[in-house]
Amino acid sequence: MRTEGIANTSCAVRARGITKSFGDVIALDGVDLDVAAGQIHGVVGPNGAGKTTMLGLLLGLAVADRGSLEVLGTPIGRGQPAPDGVSGFVDGPGLYPALTARGNLSALAGLRGPGARTAGIDEVLEQVGLTDVAGDRVRGFSLGMRQRLGLAAALLTRPRLLVLDEPANGLDPAGKKHVHGVLTQLAADGATVVLSSHRMDDLEALCSEVTIITTGRVVFSGPLGKLADASRELDYRLLTSDREAARLLAADTDGVRVIEEAGTRPGQEMIIVRALLPALDELVPRLVHAGIAVRELTPVVSPLESAFLALTEQQESSR
Amino acid sequence: MTATITASEAPAPSRVSVARGYRFELVKQLAQWRVRVLILLCWIGPALAVIAVSGQGTLPSDTLFGREMHATGWAGALVVLSFAGSWFFPLLTSVVAGDVFSAEDRLGTWRHLLVAVRSPRRIFAAKALASLTVLLMCLPGLAASGIVGGLVVGSRPLTGLDGHLLSPADAAGKLLLAWACVLAPILAFAAIGLLASVIFGRSPIGLLLPAFGGLGMQLASQVLPMPVAVRLALPSFAFLSWNGLFTSPPMLGPLLAGIAVSLAWAVAATALAYLIFMRRDFTSLANDGSLRRAITFGILPLLGVWAVSAGVLAAATGATGSGIDAGKLQQSLATSFAHIYRLQAQELYHTSVTEAQLRATASCTNGEGLVAQDGPGNDWRCTVSWHLPGAGAATGSAVYQLDVNPNGRYVADGDGPNEVNGYFMLHAPYGDAPNPLWQFDGLVDLLAPPSKG
Repeated sequence: MRTEGIANTSCAVRARGITKSFGDVIALDGVDLDVAAGQIHGVVGPNGAGKTTMLGLLLGLAVADRGSLEVLGTPIGRGQPAPDGVSGFVDGPGLYPALTARGNLSALAGLRGPGARTAGIDEVLEQVGLTDVAGDRVRGFSLGMRQRLGLAAALLTRPRLLVLDEPANGLDPAGKKHVHGVLTQLAADGATVVLSSHRMDDLEALCSEVTIITTGRVVFSGPLGKLADASRELDYRLLTSDREAARLLAADTDGVRVIEEAGTRPGQEMIIVRALLPALDELVPRLVHAGIAVRELTPVVSPLESAFLALTEQQESSR
Repeated sequence: MTATITASEAPAPSRVSVARGYRFELVKQLAQWRVRVLILLCWIGPALAVIAVSGQGTLPSDTLFGREMHATGWAGALVVLSFAGSWFFPLLTSVVAGDVFSAEDRLGTWRHLLVAVRSPRRIFAAKALASLTVLLMCLPGLAASGIVGGLVVGSRPLTGLDGHLLSPADAAGKLLLAWACVLAPILAFAAIGLLASVIFGRSPIGLLLPAFGGLGMQLASQVLPMPVAVRLALPSFAFLSWNGLFTSPPMLGPLLAGIAVSLAWAVAATALAYLIFMRRDFTSLANDGSLRRAITFGILPLLGVWAVSAGVLAAATGATGSGIDAGKLQQSLATSFAHIYRLQAQELYHTSVTEAQLRATASCTNGEGLVAQDGPGNDWRCTVSWHLPGAGAATGSAVYQLDVNPNGRYVADGDGPNEVNGYFMLHAPYGDAPNPLWQFDGLVDLLAPPSKG
């Protein structure tokens, strides 16, 4: 396991040696997790890796069998519920279909007292872009709208730690952008966000740090940049003005291998090369000096996804 | 280096109060269309039913007080209570309490609720109280609607279960008391609903259990030859034990026993539901329940409550057997006959006689004397004898066929002579009515000591 330390920053989540089993199934096995305050932290892993269990522990929905967990400086455990300021959802937002969007939020806000019944509802509805459907019953909402309303419900409590399980599920691109904007602003305002997602592009767009969990163990935790550095060679899509000349130059460059040729766009041809970043740094100037225009050089699989696949496959094969 | 936010910086966990959780639960319950329909039905259904049935030529004579619906509106209100006790209350508690926990499983909202409230204990309390509130929204509606529907028919004296007349004020008081008495078994069935809802989760069995449980208890009471203590130890009995209020003096033994038993069931089922709920692992997304768990933590403990209640009742009252014997029937039938004879004499001959002058007695045999002379059944045949007022030593006699229900209620069906208990119409103050001695309801005290007669 690689853990990149969080330097000189306050810690919103601090977990040490967390173990949680369900019968014979070990969901979490000695997990350490540090999440700095004001950070958007991604938790990623294959299905059944233990992500939801970890998020559930942060929300106080379950108690670890072993280990210690502090959330916002408060220990959580048996008889020690999550402190105020922790909000979010796992396994989808919990909404009541017979109530309207506003009714759901109002009922929820009422839990905090009669004065809070209407406070902040309009603001959070606007934040998640549901103002127009505030009076509609949730029964008719799409998955994406439910996700957004779930986020609004979580925001209503003005969280200092927001825990979200797959918040981008079912969102269309516009909705996703909206939600990303809300989460980014929340973090900018000092709140901490811990979220899980299967979408690597979501995590790359949002998170400053990620924790990769597989089969209940942390295989990486730290900044995204470190994860990319730690990855193996990547495949890159190379689109140039002269495919053949580029192919020859790439094959002639140390550390670069031409994987396949692919002509995918009319009038434009590309090749796939596999290399580490330093080798690419050498290839690109050579192409330019040879008078070949580089029109596109992008990873076929994102660095995070590649690293994720490498780390999780490694863990799977070592079992 | 990692610096953790210190505890002094962090807000202390503040749990949501039961009152706020209760309001939250109530909002959710009342947002459901079936709960709204149910409440509406309770407030208008009985009135419409009573008015409609009272306007029919054929009355529901199988239901207690049913054959009096033309005579007085109070009978209609009591028919509503009688019918509700047999069928509607278990169904009502099923729909309201039987779904209160399982709805969260169905909607997948447990985690959301736990994050918001942070205390399973308070969630349980809020849900239980909200269910009870919805039930209490329905009950006054049922009572008031039945009474209003009845009063449209007319507020005239009601014939009690021993034949004596109850003034409208007396009938109203006893009716309200009867409604208050059924609160106890409703609590018991609501608690069974909570327990089923906690145990079975998303499974619809939880929703149906109180209704089927009530039906099962009724059938078992009717079909199985149970000792009276065992019969009274079922909460369903208390739905009918208010019948004892309509005799003079009232039969309070079965009524109080029924209430005590119902409260014991309510406490036990609620405690079981609470313990199971507090032990639940909410990391599991949904709870589909399991038959094994239901038997171990639901059915077996409740069977234990039944057994203990029966034991306590048997020890406290000394009641054995069915609680029905020839002596009790004879005494009850003679009393009822005398009261109703007096009524008939007033309406038919405009003469005034007293029960003391009649000195009515009855002699009953079961199955023509070939079977045990006790227990419920429809083979009881009784001969009532009385002294004819103003006729010296002359006596009259009339025969009745009795259909005796295991809960002590019986229907006496006149079997001659026709001029006494045959079917004919007489002119009552409220119009033509069947001869009151033709058919009437009576009640024996199941917990009274066995008669030596």
